[in-house]
Amino acid sequence: MTAIAGLLDRRGWAAFLLVGVVLVVAVPLLNLLPAMGSALRVPDYLVPLFGKYACYALLALSLDLVWGYAGILSLGHGAFFALGGYAMGMYLMRQIGTRGVYGNAVLPDFMVFLNWKELPWYWYGFDHFAFAALMVLLVPGILAFAFGWFAFRSRVTGVYLSIITQALTYALLLAFFRNDMGFGGNNGLTDFKDVLGFEIQAPATRRGLYVASVIALGLGFLLCRWIVQSKLGRLLLALRDAENRVRFLGYRVENAKLLAFTVSAVLAGIAGALYVPQVGIINPSEFSPANSIEIAIWVAVGGRGNLVGALVGAVLVNVAKTYFTGAAPEFWLFFLGAIFVVVTLFFPKGLTGLVGQWRNRRRAHAPRAVEAAGDD
Amino acid sequence: MTDNLITLPARPAARARRRAVPVPAADTHLYLDGVTVSFDGFKALNELSLVINKGELRTIIGPNGAGKTTMMDVITGKTRPDKGDVFFAGKYDLTRLDEAAIATLGIGRKFQRPTVFQNLTVFDNLELALKSARGAWRVLFAEVTRNQRQAVERTLATVGLSDRAATIAGTLSHGQKQWLEIGMLLMQDAQLLLLDEPVAGMTDHETEATAALLLSIAGERTVVVVEHDMEFVRRLGARITVLHEGSVLAEGSLEHVQSDPKVIEVYLGR
Repeated sequence: MTAIAGLLDRRGWAAFLLVGVVLVVAVPLLNLLPAMGSALRVPDYLVPLFGKYACYALLALSLDLVWGYAGILSLGHGAFFALGGYAMGMYLMRQIGTRGVYGNAVLPDFMVFLNWKELPWYWYGFDHFAFAALMVLLVPGILAFAFGWFAFRSRVTGVYLSIITQALTYALLLAFFRNDMGFGGNNGLTDFKDVLGFEIQAPATRRGLYVASVIALGLGFLLCRWIVQSKLGRLLLALRDAENRVRFLGYRVENAKLLAFTVSAVLAGIAGALYVPQVGIINPSEFSPANSIEIAIWVAVGGRGNLVGALVGAVLVNVAKTYFTGAAPEFWLFFLGAIFVVVTLFFPKGLTGLVGQWRNRRRAHAPRAVEAAGDD
Repeated sequence: MTDNLITLPARPAARARRRAVPVPAADTHLYLDGVTVSFDGFKALNELSLVINKGELRTIIGPNGAGKTTMMDVITGKTRPDKGDVFFAGKYDLTRLDEAAIATLGIGRKFQRPTVFQNLTVFDNLELALKSARGAWRVLFAEVTRNQRQAVERTLATVGLSDRAATIAGTLSHGQKQWLEIGMLLMQDAQLLLLDEPVAGMTDHETEATAALLLSIAGERTVVVVEHDMEFVRRLGARITVLHEGSVLAEGSLEHVQSDPKVIEVYLGR
């Protein structure tokens, strides 16, 4: 218990619990209780949108763990997100049963359409939620482990690592586009009906999925916080800044990176799994390299190397995206590019860095405060 | 050092025609025999042979390109020699181990440019260096014990940084960073310290303090110093090895090497 309590200071916990209660309790209640049309009411369409933001925030958190702390700029994190999403999508496909267009009890519609006679072996087990949930963790985790094993052992770092992570997600994009892969090809997986026996479109289910996403985000935040506060967290910062120094102290740099990278991929997979039932579709476009680059932009805007920064960045950029793609869709990409350029040039530590600077300035002007002793 | 973004770990040279393991004298701590390293035909080390005794303080000098840094790279596992033997403490074949394994054996290295963890406190720098479990999983669950805290505090005192424990290392002066890095090698419990230009950029006063520190460490541990500052070399008063074009040109006391005509020619002849 004390270990958990030590993750945040008193004010940090107060903020964490306050935000948590507002998101988990207040938002669903405001969706449920006030009368239709009341100004207080959170409209139904906003609930899955908020849920989507929570998933993006978890995804940003996972990238920040490896980029902000270990200096591994993965530009392929969308791949882990999408794989988690596909694992969940496969479960949701199996739940359709005979309610598909073709009414086939065994095969999903797209397989019937392709004239397939039987279910491929890798679809076995996805009828069960527990199996699918396990795959949500294992598939991204194992891919990240295998990829990291070779990349970190070969000491691929910096730009080169970023490029091969892009190649990884691009290769998966091409593979998932193929119809004979058995994942629905271009169209992906969609037309979901139920999740865990609840109708997926029902407002109550949407509230449930939203709350699950926020809770996953909260737990993911605490897990990342625990990692970055541990000695491993200090080791990651150390190898980010001086990899050789760490190696000549006797640490196997590749193993520390591998651990962080794998945990990060699993978190991204969970985010993807929660995302898919809320948006109702998963298709290969989630693997597109541009998607992964966008995740890095969220983190850069919020402030890498700061977990709260990643969350804030993901939510702010996506709120802006929701607004722009509605109001002036042709300008969205210019806007995204512009904020990335502005942030990298003028606020290298992102928005949270800006807040920190402002605080320091205030502290410097204040009458000599007690010097913060680094007694962790 | 960070110039190469991709550094593939060197493949051990063909070991089919291994020579018999040499049997150095009992007090030999570091043993190099016939070590050759070439980069694209340029021989950075050319049949380098060197023996350093346990507890010895040895100074290595030589003009630029003499192979001093390459020699350290070979000893610490960063570079694999094309041929030759490198043994530590009489039994460990360093040509077969990687950097982490060699560091764990007790060989510590200070880089030419002081390299500390800029964004961590001085205390955390030393705590990471402290000899302890190095596995990623173990590190995740590691807690700083009271003994470890005390060990860090002792080293802080040794390198004169006690009042800087909570300072972010990036804000230290150049000389303090050098000390911090030496402190990290002490925390690592290195039995052999390889120090590449430990007083570069230090004031006279700091240089003096560093000489005193190294003299107090030597004896208990083996210290190899690569240095250009002849005043500092004189102050250390240790046996000197002069490297030139990848092999040993002369060895002996400062007076001895200074009067050696070959050394004079290398240093003054061009």
